[in-house]
Amino acid sequence: MDEKIKKVSIIVSRGSLDGVLPGLIMANGARMEGIEANLFFTFFGMDAILKKRMGKIKVATVGNPGMHMPTLLGALPGMSAFATSMMNRTMKQLDIPPVPEYIEMAHDAGCHLYACKASVDMFKLKKEDFCPQVEAIITVGDFYAKAAGGQIIFT
Amino acid sequence: MPQKTYAGSAVDVDDEGFMTNRAQWTQTIGEAIAREEGIAALTPAHWKVIEFMQKEAQETGQAPTVRKITKSGLITTKELYDIFPGGPAKKAAKIAGLPKPVGCV
Repeated sequence: MDEKIKKVSIIVSRGSLDGVLPGLIMANGARMEGIEANLFFTFFGMDAILKKRMGKIKVATVGNPGMHMPTLLGALPGMSAFATSMMNRTMKQLDIPPVPEYIEMAHDAGCHLYACKASVDMFKLKKEDFCPQVEAIITVGDFYAKAAGGQIIFT
Repeated sequence: MPQKTYAGSAVDVDDEGFMTNRAQWTQTIGEAIAREEGIAALTPAHWKVIEFMQKEAQETGQAPTVRKITKSGLITTKELYDIFPGGPAKKAAKIAGLPKPVGCV
């Protein structure tokens, strides 16, 4: 039998719902299989762990070809909110929790959550701005050290 | 079809070792599978989860996922991972004589 994956370190770099969810699903799913999991939030991906923003993650309707929607239409006021509420409804039916609850669940499942130091400095943030599940603000070097011996996935 | 012997009885299993015939399951067999999975003794907390999963499986035809189990209010996510280390829903389903849970959440 092939060697099993023992550890994954997943980088979340985008702040839209379609940018955040795949990383959360993969990290939590790893824990469900007994695989060690790290989540590293960088750039706008940090919205998923910022107290002020984690409850307001929206679907990107502009610059997202997957929406099958002309850019101008996607830019109409309320369009992103509308697409988000549609997707939230589907997620609820599928029993996929909203982002803040997902973060809590992944953390309780044993995922380690980190914020990227470069992004934190760039956006002038502090540890208190993040939800309590975030263990630390770490450098890219620290991230590689934590990821050592496992797979790295960029989303 | 592969078979395994637990507590002196042969049971049908799939390639991953999940029992395929629920009628062959007994508590003693469950305890033997648990030992094989690294859980030395099943506590009341384990049994609570196992019985919930068996009941769910009987009603829905599918073994419940982690999310289903924790959302029922039976046990917290942390506790579930603590008492079934290394993949809780999968491990609990195996001990309960159920198929592998299908689902990503």
